Amino acid sequence: MFELPSGAEIQGIIASLKASVGFFIPEIYLSVLFMLLIVIDLVAKGRKNNLLSITTLLGLAGSTIFIYQQHSLPAGELFFGMYVLDEFALFFKYFFVLSGILAVIVTMADEQFDREVKSIGEYYALIVAMVIGMIMMASSADLLMIFLSMELVSFTGYLLAGYFKRNSRSSEAALKYLVYGAVSSGLMVYGFSLIYGITAQTNLIKISLELAAHGSDSLVMILATLVVLAGFGYKIGAVPFHFWSPDVYEGAPTPITAYLSVASKAAGFALLMRFFYIAIPHGGLPPEDKLGLDWVSLLMLLSVASMIYGNVVALWQKNVKRLLAYSSIAHAGYILLGIIVMSDLGTQATLLYLLSYFLMNFGAFYVVILIANKTGNENLEDYRGLGIKMPLAGAALTVFLISLVGLPPTVGFIGKLYIFSALLAKGSLYLGLALVGIMTSVISLYYYMLIPLNMFLRESKKPDEKSMKLDLAPQIFMTVLMILTLVFGIYFAPLSDFAKYSSAMFGITLH
Amino acid sequence: MLSLIVFLPIIAGLVILAVPSSQKQIIRIVSLLAALAQGVLAVLIWRGYDPALPGITAGPGGSPLGSFQFVEKVPWISLHLGGFGSLNIEYFLGVDGISITMVILTALVSAIGVLSSWTIQKQVKGYFILYNLLASAMMGCFVALDFFLFYVFWEIMLLPMYFLIGIWGGPNREYAAIKFFLYTLFGSVFMLLVMIGLYFSVTDPVTGQHTFSLVAMATQTNFNIPGAIFAPENHLWRQIAFIVLFVGFAIKVPMFPFHTWLPDAHVEAPTPISVILAGVLLKLGTYGMIRINFPLFPEVFHASMYVIGIFGAINIIYGAFCALAQQDLKKMVAYSSISHMGYVLLGLSAGNSEGMVGALYQMFNHGTITAMLFLLVGVIYDRAHTRQIDKFGGLASYMPVYAAVVTVAWFASLGLPGLSGFISEALVFVGAFSSETTRPIAMVSVLGIVFGVAYLLWSLQRMFLGKRKADAAYDLEIGTDGHEHIHFHDWKGKLDLDGRELAMLVPLVLITIFLGIYPMPVLGMLTSSINKLVQVLSPVVMSQM
Repeated sequence: MFELPSGAEIQGIIASLKASVGFFIPEIYLSVLFMLLIVIDLVAKGRKNNLLSITTLLGLAGSTIFIYQQHSLPAGELFFGMYVLDEFALFFKYFFVLSGILAVIVTMADEQFDREVKSIGEYYALIVAMVIGMIMMASSADLLMIFLSMELVSFTGYLLAGYFKRNSRSSEAALKYLVYGAVSSGLMVYGFSLIYGITAQTNLIKISLELAAHGSDSLVMILATLVVLAGFGYKIGAVPFHFWSPDVYEGAPTPITAYLSVASKAAGFALLMRFFYIAIPHGGLPPEDKLGLDWVSLLMLLSVASMIYGNVVALWQKNVKRLLAYSSIAHAGYILLGIIVMSDLGTQATLLYLLSYFLMNFGAFYVVILIANKTGNENLEDYRGLGIKMPLAGAALTVFLISLVGLPPTVGFIGKLYIFSALLAKGSLYLGLALVGIMTSVISLYYYMLIPLNMFLRESKKPDEKSMKLDLAPQIFMTVLMILTLVFGIYFAPLSDFAKYSSAMFGITLH
Repeated sequence: MLSLIVFLPIIAGLVILAVPSSQKQIIRIVSLLAALAQGVLAVLIWRGYDPALPGITAGPGGSPLGSFQFVEKVPWISLHLGGFGSLNIEYFLGVDGISITMVILTALVSAIGVLSSWTIQKQVKGYFILYNLLASAMMGCFVALDFFLFYVFWEIMLLPMYFLIGIWGGPNREYAAIKFFLYTLFGSVFMLLVMIGLYFSVTDPVTGQHTFSLVAMATQTNFNIPGAIFAPENHLWRQIAFIVLFVGFAIKVPMFPFHTWLPDAHVEAPTPISVILAGVLLKLGTYGMIRINFPLFPEVFHASMYVIGIFGAINIIYGAFCALAQQDLKKMVAYSSISHMGYVLLGLSAGNSEGMVGALYQMFNHGTITAMLFLLVGVIYDRAHTRQIDKFGGLASYMPVYAAVVTVAWFASLGLPGLSGFISEALVFVGAFSSETTRPIAMVSVLGIVFGVAYLLWSLQRMFLGKRKADAAYDLEIGTDGHEHIHFHDWKGKLDLDGRELAMLVPLVLITIFLGIYPMPVLGMLTSSINKLVQVLSPVVMSQM
C-alpha cells in the first residue's frame, strides 16, 4: 500500500535536496554550458564556427574552478545515496573536463570537418553533454544512476561517432556502436535486476552490506557479475566485448576516436572500480565457498585476453587509426591489471596509468590528425618519408608511441612501472599476470615502431607536390604534449601524488 | 663531475638542435668538442681516482662514500605509497674500479666515433643528435648506481641505436634495426620485473627504507624483508631472478644462443655505429653481470659458474668457427667479437681474482681493438664499396700504412704477446685453469685461440698478400713513375689512410701496444675492486649471513 508522505517528510526531502544541490555545482554549470552552446549555435550560424569552439573551451576550462572548490567539501553521499562526492570522483571530473578540452582542441585542428559537414552545429554541445555524462558515471553510487549516466554517455557517443553523415564509414561506425551498445546495456541491466533480486537494494554500499550480512547464491552472483561486466567491458573495450571498437575507431571522426578511446574508456574504468570495489568487494562470496570464479578471476581473464589479442592483432594493421584501436584494447588489459590487484597501490597505479594514457593517446591521435590533414588519409603506406618532411611531427609521434610501448623516459613507462609494482608488491601471486604484460609489451614495440619505421626509414614513393608545413599553433600544442610526456616520465611525483590523493573511495581504502 | 661527463653529449645535442641543418660542419664540430670535453673529463676522473678504494659494496656505516668515488647522490623521486612505505628513487652516480675503465673506454670510443662519423652526409643534424643521445646514455649506464637510473639509461640507448642503424645503415637495415630493438627489449623488460622485485626485498641500512640502490643491494644482509620475493630463503625465486637478469645481459654481450642479432646489426650499421656497438655496447652486457647480476645473487652465481663457463667456451669456439666461414670482412669481425666476449664470460665464470681481472681487462682491450677492426673495415669499404674478402689481394704493396695498422690490429686481436689482447687472454686462462670448476672448460677453450689465429691470419693473407685477383674491387694501372698503382673506381680521396683516419687509428694502436707492454695503468685501477668483488662472491662470506 502506498501512503502519501507526511508534510514533515516532504519538508525533509526538500531540505535534503537543497543541501545536495550545493555539492552539484560543476554538473549544473556544465548543463548550463550545454544549453548556452545550443543557443549560440542558433544565433550565430556559420560554417566554421570559432565562436562555438572558443566558448566550449573557455566554458570547460571554467568548470575546473568549480571542481577545485569541491576539494574543501566533505566527501559523502548526495541525493539519497544516488550520487557521491569523493576524491575518486574529483579525479575523474578533472580527467573528463580535460579530455573534453583536448577533444575540442583536436577538433579545431582537424580539416576533415571542413570537408564533411556543413555546420558544426550541436557537435560541441554533444561533447559537453558527454563530459556531464561521464562525470556522473564516475560519481554514481546507485544502480539506477549508473544506468542513466551510462546511457547518456552512450547516446552522445553514438551521435558523435556518426557525425559525418555523408561518410558511409562514419555512419557504419555509429550503427555498430549503437547495436553493440544496446546489447551490452541490456545485459548489464539484466545483471542489475539479478543483484536487486538478491539484495533488494540499489545503493552500492547497501548492496555490499546486504551481501556481507546474508550471503548469496554463488551461481546467481556469478551470472550477475558476468552480465554486468558485459556492460562495463563494452565501455572499456576489453576482449571479448571489443568487437565494436576497431570499426568504430576507424570510422568515427578522429577527434571522437581519441575522445572515446581515452575518456569513455576511463569512465568505464571508474564505474568498474566503483561498482566492484564497493558493491561486491570480495566477489560477493566468502572465501571458502568460491567456485573458483569470482569477479577478480573474470577480470584476470579479460585482462590477459585483451593484452594478448589487442597486441597480436595490431601487428597486421595497415591503417594507423585501426592500429591505435587495437592498441587501446591492449591498454584496457594493462589498466585492468591495476584493478585486479585490489590494493591502494593498485588503485593508484590504475589512475596514474589513465593519466599517462590520456597524454600519450591524445598526443598520438593529434599528430595522426595533423598528418591526415596533409595526406588525406591514415594509411601506414602514406607515412613513408614523412619524418623528413615534418621532423617535429615525426619526433612527437615517436615519443608518444614509445610512451605507449612503455619505454623510459616517458610517462607510459611510469604507468607500467606502477602497474607492475602493484602486482609484484603482492609477492609472487600475480607474477604470471606481470609476465603476460611484459611479454605483450615487447610484441607491441613491433607494431608501434612500424609508424616511425615508415616515417623515417623509408622513402616516399609519391612525388611531393604539396607543402607539408604545419601551422604554428598545432606545432606548439604538439610540442607541449610531447614535453609533458617526457617531463612526467622523468619527474612523476606530481602525477603520483595526485593519483594517490584520488584513490580514496567513500573514505574506504583497501588493504 | 660525473653528471657533466654523462650529460655533455646531450647538451651538445640540444645545441645542435638550434643549428640549421645546412650547417653540417658546425654540427660536426660541436659534437667533436663535446666528445673531446668528455675525454678531458675522463682523464681528470682517471687522475683523481684513488685505486685503493674498493667500491662494489657500501663503505663503513653502509654509506657509499669511502668506497665509491665521485659520488653524486640526490633524492630524485620520494613518494609515500600508503601501505608500502615509500617510493625512493635516487639520482646516484659513482665510480669504482669496474666502472672507471669503462668510463674511460666510453669517452675514447665516443670521440673516435665522432671522427668516424665525419663522412656521414645524409641528415647530418638528426644523426648527430641521436649519436649524442646514445653517447650520454652509454656513459650514464656505466656510472649509475641506482637500479632505476641504470634501467632508464639502459632503455634510452635503444631508440637512438634503432634509428642510427635503421636510417643510416645498409640495404637490409630495417630488418637489422628492429631485430636489435626487439632482442634487447626482450631482455630488458624482464630486468624491469626483477628490479621491482628487488626493490620490495631490499632496505637501505642508513634510512631503513626500500631502495633501488645497487650499492645497498650488493650486501646480502640488506635483503632483510621476511617473505619478500627475493629474500635469502626464497631460493627458487632468487634462481629465477638470476637467470632472467643473466639472459637480459647475455643478449647484450651477446652470448650464444642469443647472438643472432649482432652479425645483422653490424653488417647493416654504418662504421661509427659498429664501432660504438662493438666497442662499448657489448661491454654493457658483461658490466651489468659484474655490477648487478653476480653480487646481488652470489649463491646462485656460485652454483652456476660452470654453466657460465660452458657458455663462454661455446662463444669462443662457435664465434671463431663462424668467423672462419665468413666471406664478408665485417661479418668476420662481428663473429670475432662474439668469440672474444666469450673470453670475458670464461674469466668471470672462474670466480677468482685472476679470471675476473682478466675479464675486465679483456673488456677494455676488446673495446679498443674491435673499434680498430671496425674502423679498418670501414676504411676499405669506403674505398671499394665491398667487404668481400675475395675481392682483394696484394693490398699490402699498394696501401702500406693501412696494411701495417691492419697487421697490428689483427695481431692484437689474435693475442700476440706484446699487444694488449695477449695479457687479458692470458689472465683469463690463468684464472680459469686455477679454478677447479672451470679447468676442463678452459682446456677446451684454448682451441678457440687456434681457430682465432686461423681466421685472422687467413683473412690477412687473402687480402694483403699475393697479387691482385682478376675480379678485384680495384683497377691496376702503371703510374708515370713506372710503378704499379691501384685505383678504386670512384674514390677521390687519398689511396692510403688519410689524416682523419690516422687520427682515429693511431691513438688506438698506441694504446694497444702500450697496454701490451705495461698493463698496470688499467690493472692497478681494477685490482682492489675485483678483490672486493671476489670476496663478496665467495661462499665463506655467504655462509656468515
